Amino acid sequence: MIKNVLRGLVMPPFYFRDIVEQFEAIGVGSLTVVLLTGMFTGMVLALQSGFTLDQFGARSMVGRLVSASMVKELGPVLTGLMVAGRVGSGIAAELGSMTVTDQIAALRALGTDPIRKLVLPRILAGVVMVPLLTVISGGVGMVGGWIVTVTQLKVASSVYWNAVVQGLFIQDVWMGLIKPFFLGFAIVSIGCHVGMRTTGGTQGVGRATTNAVVASSVAVIAVDFLVTKILIVLMY
Amino acid sequence: MAVKESSERDPLLEEALGHSGPIVVFDKVHLAFDEKVILRDVSFTLQTGHTKIFLGASGAGKSTILRLMLGLLKPDAGEIFVNGERVDNMSEDALMAVRADLGMVFQEGALFDSLTVRENVGYKLFEELHWPLDRANARVEEVLGFIGLGEFIDRMPSELSGGQRRRVAIARAMAAKPRILLYDEPTTGLDPITALTVDEEIIKLRDLEGVSSILVTHQLRDAFFVAENTARRDGQKVVFERAEGRKADEAEFIMLKDGRIGFEGNASELREIAARDPYIHAFLS
Repeated sequence: MIKNVLRGLVMPPFYFRDIVEQFEAIGVGSLTVVLLTGMFTGMVLALQSGFTLDQFGARSMVGRLVSASMVKELGPVLTGLMVAGRVGSGIAAELGSMTVTDQIAALRALGTDPIRKLVLPRILAGVVMVPLLTVISGGVGMVGGWIVTVTQLKVASSVYWNAVVQGLFIQDVWMGLIKPFFLGFAIVSIGCHVGMRTTGGTQGVGRATTNAVVASSVAVIAVDFLVTKILIVLMY
Repeated sequence: MAVKESSERDPLLEEALGHSGPIVVFDKVHLAFDEKVILRDVSFTLQTGHTKIFLGASGAGKSTILRLMLGLLKPDAGEIFVNGERVDNMSEDALMAVRADLGMVFQEGALFDSLTVRENVGYKLFEELHWPLDRANARVEEVLGFIGLGEFIDRMPSELSGGQRRRVAIARAMAAKPRILLYDEPTTGLDPITALTVDEEIIKLRDLEGVSSILVTHQLRDAFFVAENTARRDGQKVVFERAEGRKADEAEFIMLKDGRIGFEGNASELREIAARDPYIHAFLS
């Protein structure tokens, strides 16, 4: 499947309308859940770390902890998990239903390669939109952390944002941007692969959806570890 | 498997491939899924403008034959030719060109449920052939008019009845004017009146549009209706009448049994053999 996707990237026909639709469905459609997750994660991170750092008289360092955690780890992983739950399941269910109702066979019979028409637009949307969503998640996470730090921990805004900037190194930002490319690819390709191989009617679609969510969620954590390890070796 | 040289081919196959125009040839096709043999040495030829009707019990491999023809499945052995092109060892990209001349009506229709009737019927014209919008829309309206569903053009498939979905599937298959149409149980699950409407569409396409047809079914009433009737235009109207003489021979039945062809012949021959063959007798009764 991956070989055919790569071929579809460089050789026509291209289905531009489907690509735009998938960018909208995967990117814009996941925005709310990613915003909420990022915001609350930043808030709880500030709350928890505030009380811990208090024991060392370092409450002003909350910003460092929030920014480093959100950008390097929690932003990519939580966005990945949210997208796996929302998009991975949706793709597996949609393609699975199309497979068991012969719509995929009908596409092929009508002269359309389902990899180019269905899989490629989704994978493109995954690798472009998951990094964007991750940036947004990290951003709102820091804003969430700021709200809690200022209102609950009574730390000045300037102190918080100073710490946020101090806590981030350029390598951290690169790590936070590179990891979601791999996560997006893993989530969407697993969803597509499982969906296209669905058998067993509506029960099979249910099974495929569950399998896709489980496999892509585990893949998010595993790929996150592997890519982190490689990036640490390469960048730090 | 290496492509056989012309000199190695069976003379009958050679003769079949020598004809011009749309034609389907199966030559000693064998297919098994794991231990279960679906087709054993199946050979047949579909001539231009003719109809082949495949009968057989469920799981006899009838639908598999259509999928092999489209290249959706590959046989384990044997050769399949569509319009003179060997499709059994063709790449997916090369198959797209062969499929341009094939229309398939899937069981239950297999309409794209996120698209309207217009988008379903015109799918190939809009997405693959890139016809100008007004020409494509005109063709969609023409084929929907042909099957009598013009007023449903902007409906979604979920808003249609089973019979209407099946007829839209026929419209989708015929929109790009293929010369061969494959019907996979187009009347199964339909009431007799709706099934008759679908049968009439199949006859109209064959006799008025010159489309060669392969019909897979276990609905005997529909199979005999398609085989024994013909359509002709009478002014603005289309008249259906009983096929006689050479026309009656253009529709042939193939009965599949245990993966082999148990019978091949026209409707009257099928009725004759039913008197002698207990399996066919049981099937027909």
